[in-house]
Amino acid sequence: MATTSSMFMYSLTLQPPTAVTQAILGQFAGTKEQQIVTAAGSRLTLHRPDPSQGKIIPALSHDVFGIIRAIAAFRLAGSSKDYIIITSDSGRITIVEYLPAQNKFNRLHLETFGKSGVRRVIPGQYLAVDPKGRACLTASVEKNKLVYVLNRNSQAELTISSPLEAHKAQTLVFALVALDVGYANPVFAALEVDYGDSDQDPTGQAYEEIEKTLVYYELDLGLNHVVRKWSDPVDRTATILFQVPGGTDGPSGVLVCGEDNITYRHSNQEAFRVAIPRRKGATEDPQRKRTIVAGVMHKLKGAAGAFFFLLQTEDGDLFKITIEMVEDDNGQPTGEVKRLKIKYFDTVPVASSLCILKSGFLFVASEFGNHQFYQFEKLGDDDEEIEFTSDNFPTDPTEPYTPVYFHPRPAENLSLVESIDSMNPLMDCQVANLTEEDAPQIYSICGTGARSTFRTLKHGLEVSEIVESVLPGVPSAVWTTKLTRNDTFDAYIILSFSNVTLVLSIGETVEEVTDTGFLSTTPTLAVQQLGEDGLIQVHPKGIRHIRADRRINEWAAPQHRSIVAATTNERQVAVALSSGEIVYFEMDSDGSLAEYDEKKEMSGTVTCLSLGEVPEGRVRSQFLAVGCDDSTVRILSLDPDSTLENKSVQALTSAPSALSIMAMADSSSGGSTLYLHIGLYSGVYLRTVLDEVTGELSDTRTRFLGPKPAKLFKVSVQGQTAVLALSSRPWLGYSDPVTKGFMLTPLNYPGLEWGWNFSSEQCTEGMVGIQGQNLRIFSIEKITDNLLQESIQLTYTPRRFVRHPEHPYFYTIESDNNILSPATKNKLLQDPAVVNGDATVLPPEEFGYPRGRGHWASCISVVDPVTEKKVLQKIDLEDNEAAVSVATVSFASQEDEVFLIVGTGKDMVVSPRSSTAGFIHVYRFHEDGKEIEFIHKTKVEEPPMALLGFQGRLLAGIGKDLRIYDLGMRQLLRKAQAEVVPNLIVGLQTQGSRIVVSDVQESIFMVVYKFQENRLIPFVDDTVPRWTTCTTMVDYETVAGGDKFGNLWLLRCPAKASEEADEEGSGAHLLHERQYLQGAPHRLTLMAHFFPQDIPMSIHKTNLVAGGRDCLLWSGLQGTLGILIPFIHSLAYGQETNDRRGTGSLGAGDRAKNFCKSAHIL
Amino acid sequence: MADKLRAQQQLEQLQARYVGTGHADTTKFEWTSNIHRDSYASYIGHPPMLSYMAIGMGECREKVRSMMIEKMIQPVGRPPEAQD
Repeated sequence: MATTSSMFMYSLTLQPPTAVTQAILGQFAGTKEQQIVTAAGSRLTLHRPDPSQGKIIPALSHDVFGIIRAIAAFRLAGSSKDYIIITSDSGRITIVEYLPAQNKFNRLHLETFGKSGVRRVIPGQYLAVDPKGRACLTASVEKNKLVYVLNRNSQAELTISSPLEAHKAQTLVFALVALDVGYANPVFAALEVDYGDSDQDPTGQAYEEIEKTLVYYELDLGLNHVVRKWSDPVDRTATILFQVPGGTDGPSGVLVCGEDNITYRHSNQEAFRVAIPRRKGATEDPQRKRTIVAGVMHKLKGAAGAFFFLLQTEDGDLFKITIEMVEDDNGQPTGEVKRLKIKYFDTVPVASSLCILKSGFLFVASEFGNHQFYQFEKLGDDDEEIEFTSDNFPTDPTEPYTPVYFHPRPAENLSLVESIDSMNPLMDCQVANLTEEDAPQIYSICGTGARSTFRTLKHGLEVSEIVESVLPGVPSAVWTTKLTRNDTFDAYIILSFSNVTLVLSIGETVEEVTDTGFLSTTPTLAVQQLGEDGLIQVHPKGIRHIRADRRINEWAAPQHRSIVAATTNERQVAVALSSGEIVYFEMDSDGSLAEYDEKKEMSGTVTCLSLGEVPEGRVRSQFLAVGCDDSTVRILSLDPDSTLENKSVQALTSAPSALSIMAMADSSSGGSTLYLHIGLYSGVYLRTVLDEVTGELSDTRTRFLGPKPAKLFKVSVQGQTAVLALSSRPWLGYSDPVTKGFMLTPLNYPGLEWGWNFSSEQCTEGMVGIQGQNLRIFSIEKITDNLLQESIQLTYTPRRFVRHPEHPYFYTIESDNNILSPATKNKLLQDPAVVNGDATVLPPEEFGYPRGRGHWASCISVVDPVTEKKVLQKIDLEDNEAAVSVATVSFASQEDEVFLIVGTGKDMVVSPRSSTAGFIHVYRFHEDGKEIEFIHKTKVEEPPMALLGFQGRLLAGIGKDLRIYDLGMRQLLRKAQAEVVPNLIVGLQTQGSRIVVSDVQESIFMVVYKFQENRLIPFVDDTVPRWTTCTTMVDYETVAGGDKFGNLWLLRCPAKASEEADEEGSGAHLLHERQYLQGAPHRLTLMAHFFPQDIPMSIHKTNLVAGGRDCLLWSGLQGTLGILIPFIHSLAYGQETNDRRGTGSLGAGDRAKNFCKSAHIL
Repeated sequence: MADKLRAQQQLEQLQARYVGTGHADTTKFEWTSNIHRDSYASYIGHPPMLSYMAIGMGECREKVRSMMIEKMIQPVGRPPEAQD
């Protein structure tokens, strides 16, 4: 821990990345059921598809603390369980199995083969497994390939051999698959290019003549070595390979997919080639060639040769490819290929992985945007799509042929059943409290193209309301009860008002009943189903025991005393009297309540009581928790030997308002722990572990719920016991189904005064609650996701967004490269030469926008995320301009009126960067910002990549120049200018007259603006090149930022330099100060540095909890949301790092170097 | 002398195992080619970086990936004429 910095930050993940790099399918639990395993960032997640509901449920998520590069499933011959092979940046290959009983991943093997890190010659980029599970090959982009033999030992345990090398220097690998060869020696096919000759040939001829080859590597299991068995040149543009079934299922071999063509290749077969059909339409370029970017092969049950491929082009179109084989005399396929057939299937979002489930579903792990889960309606067998066969195409890739076309159409074969929220790519994010709630919301822009969205994130659980009805009065409490112990559903709802009790029966309809035995002329304190078939009503004057035969036993409170608090379970009752005495009852063998002889006198007035549930197999709960108004909680024993004796006591900060003893599942042991939940009058909630033997209280956790006294209720959610905590808003305490850790999450529901469990035929796991005069019945369907998302559809890939300084509206700038603008599109569609069928416009959310090289489509949208939840206005940019930056600026010269400023570029080319011009557009706000109106635009040399309001004027970064503009009548007026960075200004932040300028490549520069001299003077820069993406000022001297290589850092300006820069009249001095090593006179110091495994796209200093400390919230491109919390003492840092060691990691990453921890807190 | 020989052997071994290990006569072309190939391999290997570039280019990830491997063949243009 050698460091000179005294600053330590704690990194927490609020939302793990949702970008799936790879998804695999397998029977990982060892049963017939198939599961999907996805790799997202550093997380390995197992999903369980539910065919009956048409849903995908995440069952287990594991952080490997490393970059997962590739995953593959394999199964040993004769086994029924699939294992997972993982290659990561740890330089190791890991084999993992899923243990369904414990719901965890278990590491079986961890073999080191190379250096750690993502490197050019360290295998791990590609991974292929023999279909019979006998060997796997992992390769790097260049040169290295390692083959591991997988087998089992005499104990039937999986073994892995030492690696066999199949290296070839100066060879690049484009794709790698395993061949299906049945039980012959395993063969792997690679698509390779040898650049050795072209590196030596100055004439460039060797480069021109480079061939791409398909190479077979055979693992000789007998001799235990790998040979390069066969190689043959293929199409130069080929990029991807697919395995063709072999053995008894098919002809074996591979599909080689290149630009505009798919070729079947195998060492002992002829080549067959088919063109990829191109889209036909008025807005489509007929010359544009498609390539295959993803695909999946699926074998159907039954006949040999019954398999097909679904291959996807970059437009998202899926094509069904089938291979026809030569048949013998009996009509059986011989394994000799006759032709290749291709036809259009359907269109889905562009995938990083496709998985076809045996149950008839297709999982599309989208490369950007939501993941989709489709059901197959049919397999496109007998539709009217034109089928193209390989008979019409030459096998030689250089020979010309007539391209083929198809008309895309709405989906016929697939129907969408679930869209799984994914914030990937998360382009920008801001925190604001626009709804005036307790906690702020996170606003973000994500997605690409027509699937872009504006999303609002709120910490909370989704609640589905079942009933809301108005009652005649304002009830104080509500209970539900069943009639006998064996009932599954509740029979009565009991409502207590200020002086009456109302009983409602639950049936087809809910109606009042009067002959229940309940005393209706008094308020009620507690209701309980007791013993076999009794009912208990506790009211201020006594306890009423209603037997099944309607016999009533009444215990009356002693004279001049009344009952103030009560608690019950199915065998015990405890009540507290106004005198501070506690009376305890237990059920006798005959079902009647027996009072315990002695009363326990408490020191103060009792405010609340709690008995735990009777544990299974016991006759009583061991403990009674008593809360008194002297701010204490006492645990009393209920053991017959020591009845009502003090066990332990806990002092509190305020009087307790509610108590609940509850056994809940916990993360450590897999079993359950007894907790005492405490709610205080101050609105604080505490959770304490209650020792089941000694009654000791330990490990207290505190949380502020809201300003109202907290009330606690035991409810059942998704089959587990949970605590409903009510204050100014409702909260649910439960154990997370995946991690088993305790979570306390607010419900997205109005504040309740009382709540109780509710179970009926229509709603088995619901809750009933009181809100003012309303009775509400609701349920919680999903507790896996504690961030609520709301999406608003946007038009193009959002780049940046700003908020109106006063009103709850956002302005997004959206732009897409290589997409036709609406004007161009309309012109093409209105061309009279267009045939009718070509003019149909399909929804761009599914089919994308028509593409055209060099074109830009861009717009500015006004988004209302609070009331109307939609885009209010959209302004399209014309003349191939695209928006690159946005800011709201108040101009002092215009009486501080706020304007929206948008920077654009014309005819931009991304790489190498170029453009014909840049513009700064000015828009005026109307109707509190609901509308914007264009005023004028100013031409500048380059697209202004950064804009910011600065001292009543506009600060713009144009190329290397930093400029100050004022608003004029016809255009912006340049007031000051300085060249401050070496490359390109991409970001601006300011405090006072200090400006933090980020350069695209050279980290940040601090610039001071000297008003007197009207000069911009850089005075401090960095020693390290950082390809800055985002920055924020943490304080006047410190800047937090992120870069394109996925680092987060904090930089601080030396105190002396900071002081000097702000000195009055120091302009001339600063300007002529001696440069230090050809840079600014001073250097920034690095305070903290962290690699969060995602590219930070935004960072803000903010506060996520009311009354909590400030933290840094950052958002990552793959959908990660994280926070950095500063440590107050460096001691805590040491302790936390020690805690991290020894905690389990799968070892795929297994690097303790990153001090990070994943958890959900807000 | 034996030490020198061993050092030489060790260097050769390193050069064989780790592509790009330099030597006294490394040319500018070799060095820059090597740097660029390393960079491209890193862009491909880090999923967020590949996404970042794909979004910037308005292409899909798989196309950007294959384009980058394609660039690794000759990342900095033709080699210079051999000089004696």
